[in-house]
Amino acid sequence: MNNRINQLFESKKENIFSVYFTAGFPNLDDTVKIIQELEKNGADLIEIGMPFSDPTADGPTVQRSSEIALKNGMNLRLLFEQLKDIRKSVNIPLILMGYLNPVYQYGVEAFCRKCAEIGIDGTILPDLPLDEFEAEYRKYFEASNLHNILLITPQTSEKRIKQIDEASEGFIYMVSSSSTTGAGKKVEDFHVDYFERVQNMNLKNPRLIGFGISDHATFSNACKYAQGAIIGSAFVNAIKDSVNLEKDIATFVKSIDPGGKALL
Amino acid sequence: MKYQVNEKGYYGEFGGAWIPEMMYTNIEELKTRYLEIIEAEEFKSEFDKLMKDYVGRPSPLYYASRLSEHYGSKIFLKREDLNHTGSHKLNNTIGQILLAQKLGKTRIIAETGAGQHGVATATVCALKGIKCVVYMGALDVSRQAPNVKKMKMLGAEVVPVHSGNKTLKDATNEAMRDWINNPEDTHYIIGSVVGPHPYPDMVARFQSVISKEMRGQLLEQTGSELPTRVLACVGGGSNAAGAFYHFLDDEQVELIGVEAAGKGVDTDETAATLTVGSPGVLHSARTMLMQTEDGQIIEPYSISAGLDYPGIGPLHAHLHKTGRAKFLAATDEEVLQSVLLLTQKEGIIPALESAHALAALDKIKMNPDDVNVINLSGSGNKDMETYLNYFGY
Ligand SMILES: Cc1ncc(COP(=O)(O)O)c(C=O)c1O
Repeated sequence: MNNRINQLFESKKENIFSVYFTAGFPNLDDTVKIIQELEKNGADLIEIGMPFSDPTADGPTVQRSSEIALKNGMNLRLLFEQLKDIRKSVNIPLILMGYLNPVYQYGVEAFCRKCAEIGIDGTILPDLPLDEFEAEYRKYFEASNLHNILLITPQTSEKRIKQIDEASEGFIYMVSSSSTTGAGKKVEDFHVDYFERVQNMNLKNPRLIGFGISDHATFSNACKYAQGAIIGSAFVNAIKDSVNLEKDIATFVKSIDPGGKALL
Repeated sequence: MKYQVNEKGYYGEFGGAWIPEMMYTNIEELKTRYLEIIEAEEFKSEFDKLMKDYVGRPSPLYYASRLSEHYGSKIFLKREDLNHTGSHKLNNTIGQILLAQKLGKTRIIAETGAGQHGVATATVCALKGIKCVVYMGALDVSRQAPNVKKMKMLGAEVVPVHSGNKTLKDATNEAMRDWINNPEDTHYIIGSVVGPHPYPDMVARFQSVISKEMRGQLLEQTGSELPTRVLACVGGGSNAAGAFYHFLDDEQVELIGVEAAGKGVDTDETAATLTVGSPGVLHSARTMLMQTEDGQIIEPYSISAGLDYPGIGPLHAHLHKTGRAKFLAATDEEVLQSVLLLTQKEGIIPALESAHALAALDKIKMNPDDVNVINLSGSGNKDMETYLNYFGY
């Protein structure tokens, strides 16, 4: 079923600018403000991080933002409370990203229903693997028109990429290299052969490239091989000491210069 | 076969491989190849030879007569403390280093809490001339200085982990991150029956040598392969898995796992996962976890660094759920008294971890003719500083 994620990819074919941040960081109540400012400055899609105590797929930046967010008192119930009126002010697709255990404790079915109620369009749950998703959880996601976004990496075989493409709705998250999340990659670190290999596979789903996309150079380079790219750690770093989110978010987006829209 | 892992990697509702896609290729390779590799005749004979000539197996099964007299029941000690490097941990690392070689891996990573698994990993890496990186919580690095120095002397790189509470759980997180960042050349030697399938089954198989030997030794010494009960301490649960393994289908043998109660299961300072925990997903397995209502993992506490893990191997979660094994918990205080008792009754100074199994003898009803086997998983050498401080010698 179509949702805001599909609509985005139908209306925009390149330079899709997607941003990750950790809910509850730097301050507990920044969540809504960050989403609104990102949309205002031209973000096409936002991934809202649900902090977890043991983020094994994340590098130091997201580890630290998660730790602080939890210390600030963030939890899933509170996040849903903060987001309850988000669709009154925000139109771009929103995705919740995090680890399975907090969702599992909330109850996967109840979580999906709550997402639908608020207007969340998708999830990224790295430690919910494809076979477990298919066996136990797909039904709940489908009932709530929630797209569970799946990842591929440079090690993923062609056969498995096809299988993931078949099982995916919305887009495929291409992990840029074999790594945990983190800023500081250079264009030279990209596995261009992998980008090209996947680009030539004619997948049914569009792709966004993420992990290590940190500045204008890495963003625009990644956009050559996919419909867009996702910036996480670099954005989290940019707002970590912010006392003026409005200004700092605008400055950050300008530095990325993700194509026409942000320059308006 | 009731208690064996199924083809999907589950023990009942527990287990599985809840891995991020970044680990898929490595785990899939392990999953499809581990049985074929470890059941090959060539592998088995290499493993058995190292067990005998390098580890020093079989480890003795010792009838502890003065301790038996004290408790009014027959008590045997399976002396894993006499293995090379002083614990059962080497059984697993020998198996996994041979497996890593068969997989063509050239770099080994491991996590460690007390440092016993780190030392056992650094040891087999020295034995085979393979590069070794051990992740250890920064707090444990300072608490377990002698083992850190041993690992370094053995040629391993020890990386202090500064995230979280800087203990075993955080070291495990960091080892998993390393594997995600180095998917081609690296094998991760997990130190217990935890983590994604096939690790729990693979580690249990390598440790199962413990109960295999027990059966033969019991037959020789008591006239029956089957004891009344087997007791073992449980952190992640590898020594207990090894001690239970060949008795699982003999339902008349009572199996007792002993967790670390820390300062008490009704306090915030405990590591008794099965007593205070609930089902969840951590380190790529669905198992029992110490967690908040919101699904955040709670830091465990125990005087023994080897037992302060907030989860438990999925096999044990299943044995608990089905009632096949009983799980008790012993406090720091009870454990220290048991250390002193064994030391002065038998002249054996046990590891803090192993003394949890001894402490359970005060909590169960035993008949005079019962045959009780305690898996003495490790030596107290590493804990001398704690003992000297506490007992004041
Ligand atoms: C002597 C000893 N026993 C037991 C353990 C706990 O591990 P497991 O529960 O996997 O046997 C450790 C861990 O460091 C140990 O050193």
